[in-house]
Amino acid sequence: MEFWTFFAAKPLMWLIVTIATFIVTSWLNRRLGGTPLLHPVLVSLFLIIVFLLLTGTSYETYFEGAQFIHFLLGPATVALAVPLFDHFERVKKLLLPLLLACMAGAVTAAASALLVAQALDASLGTLLSIAPKSVTSAIAIGVAEKLGGYPSLASGLVLITGALGCILAPPIYHILNVTDEAVKGFTLGVSAHGMGTAFAFEYGLMAGAFGGLAMGMTGAFTAFMLPLLVPLLGIG
Amino acid sequence: MLIGFLILLLFQFAGELIVVFSGLPVPGPVVGMVLLLMGLIIKGEVPEYLRIPSEALLKHLALLFVPAGVGLMTHFGLLKQDWLAILVALIVSTALTIVVTALILNPSAKKLHRLSRVKHGQDTLGEDSH
Repeated sequence: MEFWTFFAAKPLMWLIVTIATFIVTSWLNRRLGGTPLLHPVLVSLFLIIVFLLLTGTSYETYFEGAQFIHFLLGPATVALAVPLFDHFERVKKLLLPLLLACMAGAVTAAASALLVAQALDASLGTLLSIAPKSVTSAIAIGVAEKLGGYPSLASGLVLITGALGCILAPPIYHILNVTDEAVKGFTLGVSAHGMGTAFAFEYGLMAGAFGGLAMGMTGAFTAFMLPLLVPLLGIG
Repeated sequence: MLIGFLILLLFQFAGELIVVFSGLPVPGPVVGMVLLLMGLIIKGEVPEYLRIPSEALLKHLALLFVPAGVGLMTHFGLLKQDWLAILVALIVSTALTIVVTALILNPSAKKLHRLSRVKHGQDTLGEDSH
């Protein structure tokens, strides 16, 4: 028991647990055909939380180690500019319809989620955490914090939204008779961020590229749009 | 590689500074990302020393969400109280977003297809990034 007490108090322990769990769940997800329902982040969260609860470890203790990973979110968010630039170069002649679709999609995502949750009596913290649910966690975590929501709740809701987008998109495309790969990919990127983008690659490379473009555009636009939209809807 | 990483940190720092001094309610790294995008557009290309660390970080982006996500364990009370509102809101809003985006973009489908088929094969965001 002495070893456990010593090791569990060290930041190193939680760094190892986080990376090892993620490697195992990523491997498992690949073996299961990459299903969005068992996304490696979702499964990692579940396993680590269970482990922390079983060992009576507080989130603060865990975060002392995990913060070293968390810190890299900042530079990684800045790095999103690189693929965004690559995609921009490719489609700059068609920027107008793409921007329009991205902006309309982003406003629809945030406004409809806020209005439905508000109508069902969700608390203020939940509302402010649900607002950025359609954008990549890299951006949603920071946005939720700025709005006064809970970054960790936001990152969980982002993952659930990603899985939902991958499940809902194919039947909706069928009903609306959407057949073009580029439209399918871009729509997945707007509504379901990186998880939608990964799913879009199954339609083809072009769908995946448009998904990546949509994810970056929607993330940046949403970060600037939400601080205006939230008070407009009378929340906060 | 090291220079590229330093550039990412400096752009993040610039973003944080702008946020602090302007009072803009936007995360510093997002402002840094917009600044870097403008810089790349002016430069016209992504230098190799910046591309390597950027793609290395983005390849493992999903891992970086885990520490914040584990914080869900501090919100069990909130989840218990609001789970139905959350679930309905997420389903309705995700479906609506897909419908609105697809309907706006569908008329441009042919043009998008033609344009992007010409320039294919460039590196794209891998499936590990979210």
